[in-house]
Amino acid sequence: MRDVAVIGVGLTKFGELWDLSFRQIMMEAGARAIEDAEIDGKQIDAMYVGNMSSGQFIRQEHISSIVADHAGLVPVPSTRVEGACASGGLALRQAVIAVASGIHDIVVAAGIEKMTDVLTGQATGALATAADQEWEVFVGATFPGLYALMARRHMYEFGTTEQQMAMVAVKNHHNARFNTCAQYQTEITVENVLKSPLVTSPIKLLDCSPITDGAACVILAPAEKARKFTDIPILVAGTGQASDTISLHSRSSLTSLRATIEATRTAYKMAGVKPDDIDLVEVHDCFTIAEIIAIEDLGFCKKGEGGKVTEQGETAIGGRIPVNTSGGLKGKGHPVGATGIAQAVEIVQQLRGEAGKRQVDGAEVGLTHNVGGSGGTAVVHVLRRSD
Amino acid sequence: MAVPRFWREIPNRYNLVGARCGNCNKVLFPPRYICPYCRRMGKLEPYRLKRRGKVLSYTVVHIAANGFEDQAPYLLAIIELEDGPRLTAQITDCNPDEIKIGDEVEMIFRRMGEESQDGVIYYGFKARRI
Ligand SMILES: [Zn+2]
Repeated sequence: MRDVAVIGVGLTKFGELWDLSFRQIMMEAGARAIEDAEIDGKQIDAMYVGNMSSGQFIRQEHISSIVADHAGLVPVPSTRVEGACASGGLALRQAVIAVASGIHDIVVAAGIEKMTDVLTGQATGALATAADQEWEVFVGATFPGLYALMARRHMYEFGTTEQQMAMVAVKNHHNARFNTCAQYQTEITVENVLKSPLVTSPIKLLDCSPITDGAACVILAPAEKARKFTDIPILVAGTGQASDTISLHSRSSLTSLRATIEATRTAYKMAGVKPDDIDLVEVHDCFTIAEIIAIEDLGFCKKGEGGKVTEQGETAIGGRIPVNTSGGLKGKGHPVGATGIAQAVEIVQQLRGEAGKRQVDGAEVGLTHNVGGSGGTAVVHVLRRSD
Repeated sequence: MAVPRFWREIPNRYNLVGARCGNCNKVLFPPRYICPYCRRMGKLEPYRLKRRGKVLSYTVVHIAANGFEDQAPYLLAIIELEDGPRLTAQITDCNPDEIKIGDEVEMIFRRMGEESQDGVIYYGFKARRI
């Protein structure tokens, strides 16, 4: 198996991009990544595109062909990868495997979701298809509802508070202000979050990530060839993926995602690292409680202390383990299929020292954590500066 | 939801019928076709679940799922049944301020919702505090 490195990254502005189409934003992210890698499009051997639900959002399937077509790269093989909100992370993993295996050299891992061409109710309905239609959605469950069931149980078992959850949103909005691609550019307060309308108690509107359009792209190469393209190759040191039951109720724990724990174990082992070695992380904060559970499952604090360490500022930039320096799904936005790739873009920019005002000083090892649905899929990558 | 898709699940939805594995004795609900513990060695038979359970977690849904708008706000919970399996269900006939984790409930047969186009009324189980 060959070592794999990231040689280029590209991201679009995240937000409600009413003036831009699916095709335009995909091409914009791709062009930026190709420019960043200083390669010619003709050098690309294969593409993996993470996308949750173009069929529901823009009534278009078979987007793998559209992406190759509009990039002017036919007949390069292009494959769409779907795992709900983890689609991007899974596309990255497939691209890594393709390069590591030796089958392809220069491989694109992209992610995209165009969510605002439908009404908000249709968009949340589309997202709900990532839950169990027969036994969750049929009785009235929604995604905020499922995460609220986790939040309520976390509060019951560990004393986590609504204030602590609100602090996740406050921190991520703060970080997003230093990210020009982020959907939100405004600070919020704990009081704003607590007084925002109830969605599914105890989750309020400002505990939720938004509906977002956006695309992201990374370009991979075998590590031994990476220096031809970039001065600072970022090694994909570890990759892990795991599955869990589709229904939240079928799991033995409501306060921990087994898929995260298993994927993390695999990725840590492959990279030869432990939580203490990680300098920063991008985690899947689709709701504020999800970030609290994630930092526990990733091993950055004891089970049940995610709220407390957030309150103590340990997850802020400058803290013990900065979490979601990009603004996360909450502040940067959550175009579901693009999210897993966008997380890798942030970590690469941080490890190269190109993150501007949100830079984590001396960052050498970073981690991405991408979750599908309520935890039926999780994928984790460990990235390391390799110069 | 298309009529056949709902109709297929009627025995399970109307009677809380899951499965019991003759090999490991575990009770499974919602129904499965392979025992996840024994896989090929499993021997699944239909099993009618006891209707009592307790609340493991709950939420008051203010922004309803599509098709449930007329019911909001409603209580949604994860219930652990006496036989072991857990399921997601609404809690009915209850003031949302009074519900607690650990409350005992029984599952009762109720209207779930109706599809506006074909007029089919869907029934299933909701939980009620005892
Ligand atoms: Zn069995």
